Amino acid sequence: MSKSLKLLAGSALAASVLAGPAMAEKFGLGRAALPEEVAAWDIAVLPDGTGLPAGSGDVFTGDEVFAEKCASCHGDFAEGIDNWPVLAGGQGSLRDRRPVKTVGSYWPYLSTVFDYIHRSMPFGAAQTVSADEAYAITAFLLYSNGLVEDDFELSNENFTEIVLPNAEGFYADDRAETEYPVFSVAPCMSACREPVKVTKRAIDLNVTPEDPDGRPAGTLPDLTLAAAAPAEVAAEVAAEAAEATPEAAPAEVATADPALIEAGEKVFKKCKACHKVGEGAKNGTGPLLNGIVGRAAGTVEGFKYSKPMLAASEGGLVWSHEALAEFLANPKGYMKGTKMSFAGLKKPEEIDAVIAYLGSVGG
Amino acid sequence: MSETGKKGASRRAVLGAGLAAGGAVAAGIARAQSADPLITDVQDWASSFGDAVDAAPYGTPIHFESHVVRRNVEWLTESPVSSINFTPIHALEGTITPQGCAFERHHSGAIELSKQDYRLMITGLVEQPLVFTYEDLTRFPRSITTAFCECAANGGMEWGGAQLEGCQFTQGMIHNMEYTGVPLRLLLEEAGVKPEGKWVYAEGADASSNGRSMPLEKAMDDVLVAFYANGEALRKEHGYPVRLVVPGFEGNMWVKWLRRIGVYDQAVESREETSKYTDLMPDGRARKWTWVMDAKSVITSPSPQAPIRHGKGPLVVTGLAWSGHGKITRVDVSLDGGVTWQEARLTGDVKSKALTRFHLDIDWDGSELFLQSRAVDETGYVQPTKNQLRDIRGLNNVYHNNGIQTWWVRADGEVENVEIA
Repeated sequence: MSKSLKLLAGSALAASVLAGPAMAEKFGLGRAALPEEVAAWDIAVLPDGTGLPAGSGDVFTGDEVFAEKCASCHGDFAEGIDNWPVLAGGQGSLRDRRPVKTVGSYWPYLSTVFDYIHRSMPFGAAQTVSADEAYAITAFLLYSNGLVEDDFELSNENFTEIVLPNAEGFYADDRAETEYPVFSVAPCMSACREPVKVTKRAIDLNVTPEDPDGRPAGTLPDLTLAAAAPAEVAAEVAAEAAEATPEAAPAEVATADPALIEAGEKVFKKCKACHKVGEGAKNGTGPLLNGIVGRAAGTVEGFKYSKPMLAASEGGLVWSHEALAEFLANPKGYMKGTKMSFAGLKKPEEIDAVIAYLGSVGG
Repeated sequence: MSETGKKGASRRAVLGAGLAAGGAVAAGIARAQSADPLITDVQDWASSFGDAVDAAPYGTPIHFESHVVRRNVEWLTESPVSSINFTPIHALEGTITPQGCAFERHHSGAIELSKQDYRLMITGLVEQPLVFTYEDLTRFPRSITTAFCECAANGGMEWGGAQLEGCQFTQGMIHNMEYTGVPLRLLLEEAGVKPEGKWVYAEGADASSNGRSMPLEKAMDDVLVAFYANGEALRKEHGYPVRLVVPGFEGNMWVKWLRRIGVYDQAVESREETSKYTDLMPDGRARKWTWVMDAKSVITSPSPQAPIRHGKGPLVVTGLAWSGHGKITRVDVSLDGGVTWQEARLTGDVKSKALTRFHLDIDWDGSELFLQSRAVDETGYVQPTKNQLRDIRGLNNVYHNNGIQTWWVRADGEVENVEIA
């Protein structure tokens, strides 16, 4: 520990003695955090505005940034695609059987919106949104929820003036008053209720993952039957693996540069929220991409494609390297009406890398 | 079955002796119809070599146990990197959850962070903001705590009614490990909390950060900055190299890949403590700061994934009980859906804010059962029924479902998840 830190620690100790409960022995471990280190990591924004960085952004800019960075999951109007979070609407729905919890209907503090966007969004590319962009997106979300006009600009100056509609909608845990007394009575041991009637059976819903024999996944083996021998298990595993092995790997596998594939895997993080690859991968918000390079467009089984994509498929579009590169550079420009609301990859080297990566995860 | 005469255990063959035992219980001790070849024939394993040492420098369970794994329910979440899976509690005994099958919950995937690259920063209302390396943490005095970690949403899918077949899926968002680490109190004292510091905010190094606030009193009480679980390093999926252990509090607060502790005069009101992990009540308002996991129990066997296959006669009913308020003092079991109850045995040491194992040994007459368990903790709190909870919380709650589970055991030994009236 440096001399100055020791001095600091000493004065801290003196101060905490006066303060009372924090009186404790110090170990002299760790080092002082530098101001720039604190600035890099301590970026939390609190309801009273503590932690807000200087900056501003308006609804119009927010709309553009949102379309580029957020709409692929949250929808152009923050309405949420598939089961991704809905961010707008839902006001007045909190007592409904299907409440819609959004920034406008449920979230109590605007600070939470800014903090989360700035710290943890976009999904899979956190901390790539600048402070100004975070203000702009936050302004757009206020607009999407009908809370500001379209000419509104949000900044660190006017931030705390905004009060969200559900600010008063939360109260601290009251179970100690409302539940614990009710549930803390001597339990009944006999003749506690009428004989039972079954009212709901999980089996009727049929939503439990299943083993191949139709039982709930993970059901314990029947010990009155002989166990499968290791060789048998190995054979089953091998057979499954054989089924999963692609018949012919795409040409890219043989030729692509491993470093490029690795770079592509990183780029693919931008796609991961919607697209899955690899063994056992399935369709998500977007289609499964195993073996996509060189494949006929719009032909992944079980995925509901947009009409333009189906039309392109019928027209014989094949996802060659070139076609994919064009599509990825500007999805909506390449195919008007595609469901893929991703804004596109701006850098050609990112496009090359991600195609090399996709070529390496054959199908 | 004729195949049983072969040397070595035959494939898929019903063992005559075993089958006979099932049917003969009523007449007293079972009588084999023919000699058991597993006894009369010399088996391969009794004659030749097994594996040499080092066959598995770090061992994994024998392949016969390959069904004892975490499982997820794909339709629950939109992306597997922001998702959850479930501990196979139906297949485990005792109280300690092996790390390899302890449930995972990630908000942005399980990241890879080395001890060398690890940093923990303490900021905010402290006399001296500090940075610790992993090695620094290992030089503080250590504590050992066994604690359950239960996701606030455990059982959430069952709120509206019986939905999933098996306690792995209905109560399996829980694990229980023995942690070694540094009391958070020591780190906070090292930095020196200022008098106005009332809240402690913990944040992870992953992209989600998953920040959560807790009162200073909790942080100074039993919270551990842990780096060992069950005697070895934490697994990647549980926050390697360092996670927070917050005994009794909902799992979301057990921040993994812990990178920052911020001391504030107010709660941060992060996304995970406002838009999520809050409890919407029937009047449209919501409870927040519902950190403590109330007393709960579940029978892990028999259960839908652990049906009774041995026929009537002696039957071990077993399960788990836990409370975020302290020790479990009692678990009652009902065989008739709650008409009558009997006290189960608490087996092994009962620890505060940790899983407790209970057993009830019965002589099953082969008739259908409605199995339930009901935990009581040291505060006198008695685990409620789901309907008792719904009466207060309505139908829009998702989190903190600690209601009594009902398993319908059929005469053939199959078990279903049901709700009863």
